[in-house]
Amino acid sequence: MKPRRFNMRSLILNTGSSLLLPLLVLFSLFLLLRGHDEPGGGFIGGLVAAAAVALKLFAEDYKAARDMLRVHPLQLVGIGLVLAAVASLPPLFVGESFFTAQWWSLDLPIFGELKLSTPLLFDIGVFLGVIGTVLTVVFTLAEAEHS
Amino acid sequence: MLIAVLSCFILACFAPWLHRLGGRHSGWLLALLPATLFAYFASMLPTISQGQSLQFAYAWFPGMGIQLSFLVDGLSLLFALLITGIGFFILAYGGRYLEKHKDLGRFFVFLLGFMGSMLGVVLSDNLISLFVFWELTTVTSFMLIGFNHEQEDARKKAHQGLMITVMGGLALMTGFIMLGMAAGSYELSTILNSDGLTEHALYLPMLLLILLGAFTKSAQAPFHFWLPNAMAAPTPVSAYLHSATMVKAGVYLLARLNPGLGGTDTWLLMLTLFGALTMLTGIFLASRATGVKKVLAYSTVMALGTLTMLLGLGTETAALAAVTFLLAHALYKGALFMVAGILDHSAGVKDFTQAGGLRHSMPKTTVVAVLASLSLAGIIPLFGFVGKELLLEAVLSASKWHIGLTIATVIANILVVLVAAIVALQPWFGAVVETPKKPHDPDIALLIGPAVLATLGLVFGLMPFIADKGLLAAAAGAVYGQPVELYLALWHGINLPLMLSLSSLLLGLLLFKVWSGWRQLTNFMHSAEKIGPEVVYERLMLGMTQFAAWQTNTLQNGYLRNYLITTLGTVIIVVGWALLRVNQLELNISFQDMRVHEVAIAVLLIFSALIAVLVRSFLAAVAMLGALGFGVALLYVFFSAIDVGITQVLVETITVLLLVLVLYRLPEFRSLSSTANRIRDAIIAGMTGLLMTILILAITGARQLEGISDYFLQNSGPLGHGRNIVNVILVDFRALDTLGEIFVLALVAIGVYAMIHLRTGALPVTNSDRRAAFNLRRTQKDKAKADAKAEADASAVASKGEE
Repeated sequence: MKPRRFNMRSLILNTGSSLLLPLLVLFSLFLLLRGHDEPGGGFIGGLVAAAAVALKLFAEDYKAARDMLRVHPLQLVGIGLVLAAVASLPPLFVGESFFTAQWWSLDLPIFGELKLSTPLLFDIGVFLGVIGTVLTVVFTLAEAEHS
Repeated sequence: MLIAVLSCFILACFAPWLHRLGGRHSGWLLALLPATLFAYFASMLPTISQGQSLQFAYAWFPGMGIQLSFLVDGLSLLFALLITGIGFFILAYGGRYLEKHKDLGRFFVFLLGFMGSMLGVVLSDNLISLFVFWELTTVTSFMLIGFNHEQEDARKKAHQGLMITVMGGLALMTGFIMLGMAAGSYELSTILNSDGLTEHALYLPMLLLILLGAFTKSAQAPFHFWLPNAMAAPTPVSAYLHSATMVKAGVYLLARLNPGLGGTDTWLLMLTLFGALTMLTGIFLASRATGVKKVLAYSTVMALGTLTMLLGLGTETAALAAVTFLLAHALYKGALFMVAGILDHSAGVKDFTQAGGLRHSMPKTTVVAVLASLSLAGIIPLFGFVGKELLLEAVLSASKWHIGLTIATVIANILVVLVAAIVALQPWFGAVVETPKKPHDPDIALLIGPAVLATLGLVFGLMPFIADKGLLAAAAGAVYGQPVELYLALWHGINLPLMLSLSSLLLGLLLFKVWSGWRQLTNFMHSAEKIGPEVVYERLMLGMTQFAAWQTNTLQNGYLRNYLITTLGTVIIVVGWALLRVNQLELNISFQDMRVHEVAIAVLLIFSALIAVLVRSFLAAVAMLGALGFGVALLYVFFSAIDVGITQVLVETITVLLLVLVLYRLPEFRSLSSTANRIRDAIIAGMTGLLMTILILAITGARQLEGISDYFLQNSGPLGHGRNIVNVILVDFRALDTLGEIFVLALVAIGVYAMIHLRTGALPVTNSDRRAAFNLRRTQKDKAKADAKAEADASAVASKGEE
């Protein structure tokens, strides 16, 4: 049976998405960074970011979304896994056991105190891993339909 | 000590580069390590020969009480010296033997890795680390048997050796855990000194499991067949792993555990029975074989059986006989295997019937071969003689079945003499036979190993007190459990053992005269092999794959509904049974503190679920499921799990997106299943829902242990530097779990990617395919760009035209 095709191009969605997209990406980063103290975190942030790219896919087409991401989503998965795994290592160098959280705080002249930590690095890894996974599935399905 | 063991692995990592650096002499270069280690272990000799032992311990998993501890006593030092000493010659020999092989670097990697693992096995004081090293020897042995991995035969035989030893390894691990539980410690030094192990309730199962591990490793009948098949490995490997060291790991283990587990009737029965059986099977098959390596391999099986039998006897004489026989065997068998390699390398001879009169062209090799064979035959004044006399003495003085064991040993000895005569005489003397290659004595790298080992057999034979006082007494003491009072001597006077050896010598030589007749006479073995253990093994393997195929077809039949039925049905039965038995279903349900909005959400949930089931359109069903999900998210929010709520909302959103992408692909909505099927599905679905409801009510109603949420509430600030407990748990407290989860996510992504691309046939398979696909995509992209540009230009022109 021939699959039914819907023409999903709509002017409203198109315009709306180009306004929403940067905001959504920014929001996902916001969620990622505030996650340690307020609702949010790498997983949620990753889902928002993935949804943003998926929005682009529906508003325009597969190619546009693919070009927006620039890299293959599987590469994001790989980078995420590496970052998360690397985050487990620093404590070994200061004689603590594997995966013990390490915190460093930096005093920046204008922004004030900046707290860096291995959990943050880990969360960024989760963030990228989630984006990569969701988009791999979305893109693969979209591509299968595309071809 | 730790460095000594690890250095082999470290050197193994660098071996391919060192090999390139060393060129033709890389074998000698790498052999420097075993030489150094040999010197290191030899420096312990004065301490150990006085009957003392050394212990070294390093923290490994301090949290689990597992430490990396090493024990050096007579027994482990004897093995360590054999491993490093013979290892030295093997590396030099292997470097020359495989000089032209393209994968020589890889060969060194595995050989050095094996050396480290084997040292680990014999030096470990901890059962767990012993087991880890034990398995490492299995893995390296697999890689070495299958070294010529382009030959199907080598792969098959490597696989066979692996399967059998891994099966034994699993049994061994279980046995070790039982042993550790029974003794209350995993340290061998503690276990062997603890009393009452043999009366423990777990004694029989753990003994049988450990024996299974040791028997498979040391190729005891009926598992003996993998060892001759392992001869698919290059000859240096056969000489090292499959005669002098690895196959003795099982024997080592039995010797090591003898003071703790030995001495019972079961031990005596199992070891002597299987040992004697293996001894006879091995030597009988050796006497029938004609392939050079086959003969030697089967005679190794015989030696392993003999050692097991001696360890089963467990007397003082038997302990001394075992270590003496072990050393003698390692010396002559290592030498003979290397001679076998020389025969192949320098004359192209792989079968005893293909050779003759080689003494003219290979005089030096002939001397070495004869010397080693004399030791094999147990002829005075070689060290093999000392070992054989002790063996006969031990079986004659056995506490049980000494007549049967003596007869078996004498028969074995007659055939050993036959085998020794074949090895010592057949290729070297008699009429010259044309060989595939022009025979010549090999260069020193190949000859020095067997020459030194064979000479040592003579030196120890003439002056047995060197070996005895030096090490064997201490080794026998470690096997026996207390210092042995006996000593080694070449000449015991004219006694029963001597008479028995003389008569077996004569009979063996007579048999050699009629060797081809003997082979014809025993031809019935051909038909016997059709029901032998190897056939059983192959049937089992075939049966296993057939069972796997049947099980896959039944359980994984590709229908999602059947998967669901299987999974949910199992859950209902297993969880439901446990729930009924353990909890007796005391549910406290109260509707008192319910609030209006909660009721509203519950009603919404129930309705959307019902509609999702009843509605007759995909899109509507998806929408209803979405509503269900958002309702659940609302519940989370009301119960102040905001993070979970947000996640649920996002997941629902993305699920809807994915479903929309998939919906195109689905056929039209139709009911295809029969009413009976639908009733069955409804029952399973209903029971699952009911079970989950009861389960959750039971869990919340019967919380017995204190929740851990208080700990997280109190510590997420001070320890985790965060106020959002959910996130602190995810990225800090339980970060390892999260890491595992994102790895699972990654696998899902790869799985979806691979499956869909496989279906559409767009998955790049090889590197060249990938490159082609990439180029194609790039040209398409360029073309698209060019098209777009052309179009833009055209429209620009057009718009200009309009102006």
